[in-house]
Amino acid sequence: MHDMIAIYAIVALLGVPLGIYIARALSTQPSRIDTLFRVIETPIYRLAGVNSQSVMTWQVYALAILKLHVGLILLAWLVFMCQGLLPLNPDGIPGMKWDTALHTAVSFATNTNQQHYSGQAQLSHLSQTFAIVTLQFLTPATGLAVLVAIARTLLVARPVGTLTGVGNYYHDLTRTVVRVMLPLAAVVALLLTSQGVPSSYQAAHQIEMLDSQVEEVQSIPLGPVASMVAIKQLGTNGGGWYGPNSSVPLENPTPLANVIETASLTIIPFALLIAIALISGRRRLMMGIGAVMLTFSLISTSVVVSSERMPNAALAELSQPGANLEGKELRFGTDLSALWGSWTTQTSNGSVNAMHDSFNPMGGMMVLMDMFVNVTFGGVGVGLIGFFLYLMLAAFVGSLMVGRAPELFGKPLETREMRWISLAILAQPLVILGLSALTVAIPGAAGTSNPGFHGLSQVLYEYTSAFANNGSGFEGLGDDTTWWNLACVIALMVGRFLPMLVPLAVAGWLAAKRTAPAGRGTLPMDSPAFMGLTAGVIVIVNLLGFLPALVLGPIAEAVTQGF
Amino acid sequence: MNVDMKRQIAANDDVLQAKASWGNALRFMVVMAVLLGLIYPLVTTTLGGWLFPEQAQGSLVRDVSGRVVGSSLVSQTFVSDEYFIGRPSAAGNDAGDVSGSNLAPSNVSLRERAQADANAIAQRENVSVDQIPVDLITASGSGIDPHISPEAAELQVARVAQARGIDEASVVELIDQALENTGWLGAPVVNVLRLNVSLDDRFPVSSSTVALTPASVTPTVSDTME
Repeated sequence: MHDMIAIYAIVALLGVPLGIYIARALSTQPSRIDTLFRVIETPIYRLAGVNSQSVMTWQVYALAILKLHVGLILLAWLVFMCQGLLPLNPDGIPGMKWDTALHTAVSFATNTNQQHYSGQAQLSHLSQTFAIVTLQFLTPATGLAVLVAIARTLLVARPVGTLTGVGNYYHDLTRTVVRVMLPLAAVVALLLTSQGVPSSYQAAHQIEMLDSQVEEVQSIPLGPVASMVAIKQLGTNGGGWYGPNSSVPLENPTPLANVIETASLTIIPFALLIAIALISGRRRLMMGIGAVMLTFSLISTSVVVSSERMPNAALAELSQPGANLEGKELRFGTDLSALWGSWTTQTSNGSVNAMHDSFNPMGGMMVLMDMFVNVTFGGVGVGLIGFFLYLMLAAFVGSLMVGRAPELFGKPLETREMRWISLAILAQPLVILGLSALTVAIPGAAGTSNPGFHGLSQVLYEYTSAFANNGSGFEGLGDDTTWWNLACVIALMVGRFLPMLVPLAVAGWLAAKRTAPAGRGTLPMDSPAFMGLTAGVIVIVNLLGFLPALVLGPIAEAVTQGF
Repeated sequence: MNVDMKRQIAANDDVLQAKASWGNALRFMVVMAVLLGLIYPLVTTTLGGWLFPEQAQGSLVRDVSGRVVGSSLVSQTFVSDEYFIGRPSAAGNDAGDVSGSNLAPSNVSLRERAQADANAIAQRENVSVDQIPVDLITASGSGIDPHISPEAAELQVARVAQARGIDEASVVELIDQALENTGWLGAPVVNVLRLNVSLDDRFPVSSSTVALTPASVTPTVSDTME
């Protein structure tokens, strides 16, 4: 219980000042901290040859994002395949096969960190840092940059014709990395090292076990682990150094480390509510959004916590009565595993400190539903962007309900906008359910490790996780096959770029339109009623899309077990 | 730097429109990869290793002669009656091959495995299965969970004391010393490797009971962690 209190307190108490700081760091107004950070930022701009003062239209902004990401994917792909020939490889790990390497590169370039490999055994120190840590910084920073660009364009009222741009991608990205992510990650990395997360460039220890009747040697892989785990947690990345992620004592050694890592899951997504409230001046709107997110979050966490406190049905009468400890670490117990599982799927982080595959059916279903919704705080930047997408849909529905022409913040929502908004929302069930159906239909493609209903849940979870850019898994799945790698690449790409860039485009389109003055019939977007409508839209859209699949998976599993 | 962007936009509709060229994107990528993928890990890892040398190298447990016997963060396989036994591992207690079982509650393999484990424990400790704490029949998430519950340690006291020919009170005393997370955070758990190392230290197994075991014959072992 103390751990829970500490985690919530850290997020609430540090999130607010962090949000204020982020708003200031991303502002184009001069500030006192400029002198300090310009030492790093100016050389970056100069070496990259970019003019950070120039302004991009939304099209140029989006194009800059896509070009940088194409480069990043190719770089990471190359590093993974060639790591055997490259330095910083003390354990002599060979190159990855092409399809796993491609999946890994795309997975990390989309802020997903879905892993079809086991890091400590299949990646060199160079791959884990030069390729992966780089992406773990740049992808959340991209989400944050796009969010700020949207907020500037959509939420800040300006006279028509004065706004030709949404900001400068390189400027937003560099400031997010240098002023927000790097200092935070460095502090967390050192805190984690103090708790026992390895920080070393040495090869693995090979140790004979103490019991002389056990003639086995255990290896203890090391690496610059803490530096990666810090940004993995903070940047809603989730891809860990070791295969089973933060359940591994070397990656999450103590209750204090667990408190730090759990709080790191949500602190930036939470702080962004405050940052955007300050940047846009729409405090009531952001408070309303925060209230909806908090409600979803508390519901999810309560369900998962109570689910995992129940005994595991498979173990009935084989021990003293106890909670479901299968796949969980004893130093965390079930409550802290459930809290992490709930938060990591809400925030699209995807790191785990317990195996979701072994959760009780209701817990497993709740984390799946968190990923369907994916805007309960959500990924860094993209969580709020996703919420804006639902907000746009709710504004359309709500305006029609009160008999007005659809509008958003006084700008008319017309066919072009609604076509793209609908596409971005409907792509999710289309891709997840389409690929799941295809995978189950092709003999031998699924590779499920659990029989029956849970097998279907494993397939559904994998695509949901890919599309939500989450990265966690029902990890028993035999997913390192060419089919899984390539099918997931499709879900990863669509799930990242469509829901992120469509709201940017809509913001750009709307900015060019004339603002209608607010009148008596205007839908007040910051009212509790409208927030309730938005929450309703989120729930209904997701239940319509996924309830049948949930009935065939976790609900059927729960019913057959008797609860 | 720091020109007021809004004012700039308002002043001139034709402000400098940045282009998104391939050249800029790729140069930016290389600069960032060097900063974030090489310099940042190097600086934090070097600093962490310098500030916390024991923790940074895997929290190794050594005996008095300096021989490394394991890590306090990685479980080991124990089969001898003289040792406390940890939780089931889907990874053979090898940190190079970490894994959970990933068996769902509805999977019949999970029940079969737990049944076999429970029977083995009941026989070894001479108890009935409903006395076994649940952590002893559930595989951890990592496969290298170094802990068991105090109840799970208590269950094994009689067997270990008998195998070493010592009284149970002294074993219980060592369990108390191997407790971790006794502070404000977390719940108390027993570190199995540390407990077994301290047993070898205080009550060495005589060479007659365990033959051909150089490791346990020279066991002036102490835990240098903490």
